[in-house]
Amino acid sequence: MQIELRNICKNFGSTSANSDISIIFKAAAIHGIVGENGAGKSTLVKIISGYTAKSGGDILIDQTPVDLENPSQALQLGIGMLFQDPMDFPQLSVFDNYILGLHRAFLLRRDFFRKQLTAWCKKLGFTFYPDDRLATLSIAERHQLELIRLLSLGVQVLILDEPTTGTSTVQKDILFFALQQLAESGKTIILVSHKLKDVESLCTHVSVLRKGRLVCNMQRPFSQKQLLEHMFEESPSTPRFSYSPSGSTILEFKQVWGSKGRNRLINCSMCACQGDIIGLAGIQNSGQELFLRIAAGLAKADSGQIRLYDRRLHHFSYPYLKRQGVAFVPSARLEEGLISGLTIAEHTALVQSPTRFIPSQPEIYSKTQGRLATFDIRGFPDTSVEMLSGGNQQRLLFSFIPLNSIVLLLENPTRGLDPASAAYIWNHLLNAYQTNACIIFSSWDLDELLTYSNRLLVFFDGHIIKDVPTSQIDMVQLSRAMAGIT
Amino acid sequence: MKTDTVNSATKYRLQIKILLFIIALSLSFCTLLLIVAQIPPFSVYRHILQGAFGSWNKLIQVLNVWAPLTICATGLVYTFRVNLWNIGIEGQVIMGAVFATALLRINFLVSFPLLSLFMAMLAAICGGCFWSCITGYLKIKGGVNEIFVGLGMNFLSQGFLLWLIFGPWKRAGMASMSGTEVLSTSFWLPTFFEFKLAPIGIFLALVVIAVSLCLLQFTYFGLALKAVGGNPAAALVLGLQPNRYFLSAMLLCGALAGLVGYLQVTATYHRLIPAISSNYGYLAILVAMLANYRILPIPIIALFFASLNVGSIQLPMALQIDSSFGGIIQGALVLSALGLYAWHSQTLQRTRRRK
Repeated sequence: MQIELRNICKNFGSTSANSDISIIFKAAAIHGIVGENGAGKSTLVKIISGYTAKSGGDILIDQTPVDLENPSQALQLGIGMLFQDPMDFPQLSVFDNYILGLHRAFLLRRDFFRKQLTAWCKKLGFTFYPDDRLATLSIAERHQLELIRLLSLGVQVLILDEPTTGTSTVQKDILFFALQQLAESGKTIILVSHKLKDVESLCTHVSVLRKGRLVCNMQRPFSQKQLLEHMFEESPSTPRFSYSPSGSTILEFKQVWGSKGRNRLINCSMCACQGDIIGLAGIQNSGQELFLRIAAGLAKADSGQIRLYDRRLHHFSYPYLKRQGVAFVPSARLEEGLISGLTIAEHTALVQSPTRFIPSQPEIYSKTQGRLATFDIRGFPDTSVEMLSGGNQQRLLFSFIPLNSIVLLLENPTRGLDPASAAYIWNHLLNAYQTNACIIFSSWDLDELLTYSNRLLVFFDGHIIKDVPTSQIDMVQLSRAMAGIT
Repeated sequence: MKTDTVNSATKYRLQIKILLFIIALSLSFCTLLLIVAQIPPFSVYRHILQGAFGSWNKLIQVLNVWAPLTICATGLVYTFRVNLWNIGIEGQVIMGAVFATALLRINFLVSFPLLSLFMAMLAAICGGCFWSCITGYLKIKGGVNEIFVGLGMNFLSQGFLLWLIFGPWKRAGMASMSGTEVLSTSFWLPTFFEFKLAPIGIFLALVVIAVSLCLLQFTYFGLALKAVGGNPAAALVLGLQPNRYFLSAMLLCGALAGLVGYLQVTATYHRLIPAISSNYGYLAILVAMLANYRILPIPIIALFFASLNVGSIQLPMALQIDSSFGGIIQGALVLSALGLYAWHSQTLQRTRRRK
């Protein structure tokens, strides 16, 4: 089955996630879609699988135009998508999960389905047992089960979105073997990935997206170098700071391992000194999110040592570390940082340590007013935080960082801010904290990483694969490292 | 600041409007029900009113229900503030009553009645705290849902109470559903002349309301409870320890429930009976919900509920309908309240989005 996209567009409000994308996905081929964060890969495959409606363009299946209105319609036409997080029932057995997705008849034909499941497993080289509880399976095995389920439904076009994130190399080999088998038997496989090695070893065709546009379609053979050049824009920006490890060590990670959901941190060692501004680079879920949370005491490390000055930190909660001078600003403001329904003044009252049982209202109000003025937050003390715009919420969160903090852990600090506000935030951070503290921040924006950090840690698949002064790395090297090539 | 007062004025007007809607909706439902059952609705309402306010004695009965109901509902505001459903409040009332009785049974304290009454109050508060602490601890350490634990603890306390009444604390010679031996009159909370009104209960309820109002409105603790209830993850990032506040809210609610148990033993029944809690815990959940989880409306709503409870007692004799009709009115009220609040917050969100 061949799918052809002609001039596909997708707009969310005024922003355009996909514009004018034309690709032909051939049968019996494995087709890769690559691009950095926010390039529009996920949106595109969601359009193909019916989860998102396109704003313009045509989709043709074997030369006939179709309208995909919802996922079940796409499935009937033979297009199935495997999600990063399979929607299944962990309490039930593997086998029950399998039939739940297939069976509509009143009586269960258990024997028939069991034979079918084992046949698929044998063919594709999967090794899980039908009677195990699903919760005991690894994420990769759950993907395998979902894959078989889609195949049993008669899927001809199989879409996989980042199927190897958080899985081991053995599991990856099993999956790739299966995908090759399927392609040989005539199925169309579409693989979304940011791991260039995977794409290079598996795919026969590749499409590169950048900022919602199609940069190029390529056929085997293609090199990683070519792909990288297409994925990331060259930009002439040069690092602003030179790196000079001056002050004393403040934060140190020694062989720290950790895992939380799909995020892993593997044998991570680093140290941060006074005056350091460390940028954490990496594609989403590469481990930098977990790194920040472990450093903040919001997630627990499985093993290893974390030291703040010369004290070992273990099992300390964030409120304790906050008193020791560690400050964390999350990327999800309303989910993790601010409390909807509470006003700005109430937040001010909350973050100052409770010196008095009954806080004095006039004092809080004057403090809040001062904060609003200093940080240019467009709101009033009585404004509920959810009524503020994203930029104002972000500035409010930054205004809560105590001035005597020694470690600043910032997750995507300028996410969703316009360039002027971003520059304002950075100006404030550098002026207020650089001399005494170390700033550790993650970002998806390579320009921001290269401009503001004086040292870069690159995360890939839970490992820190690069730790260099920013002056010694450029955009190309950084993007190579983010794609796992050192 | 000026816009602020205008805002709060319109807010209050809106609140009153909603309240009137709730009453209209539930009354029309109940009236309809009575018409379908071919019972004259107005005579039912008249009997309920007379039953609740017809004489001084009736009024006092209402007030004796009002005090424990108000205290329980106020306690529940704390747990609702942190988004916990303390359905175990029923068991906490029972354990308060059990602990109070246990202390009053200590022999050598008989010669100091005032001291032992005071000690019994502390014991009751400890009993309620202890029972709620188990629920709270399982919630924060084991992540067990507080509703399940609370229900289990309710059954446990009810069983324990029955065992005490029919076992170790049974009346000399015979065990009976009518409860344990009546306490000596020196252990009765003082009443108002010949009336059965214990002013201490009313006084305690008023104190609890006043203190809770201040605590939730003006203190750091109250604000922190609100923050933790609103978003525990964000509260953690702002430097609060959510678990601490979950547990404190549970303990405070348990303490107030224990206090109610104490009043039931020393002011109302003067002994332990199987129905010592009078279901005030469950009823208080409805009161708190109808008050939209805020303190100020609670005394008024509790008064209304108490008069329904007392007023419907004479329905079976006067009109041959079951006294549970009072419960139907209460249920209708709560359902219309929940519906209207949900509708209101939805329209609020919609107008916000339009802005």
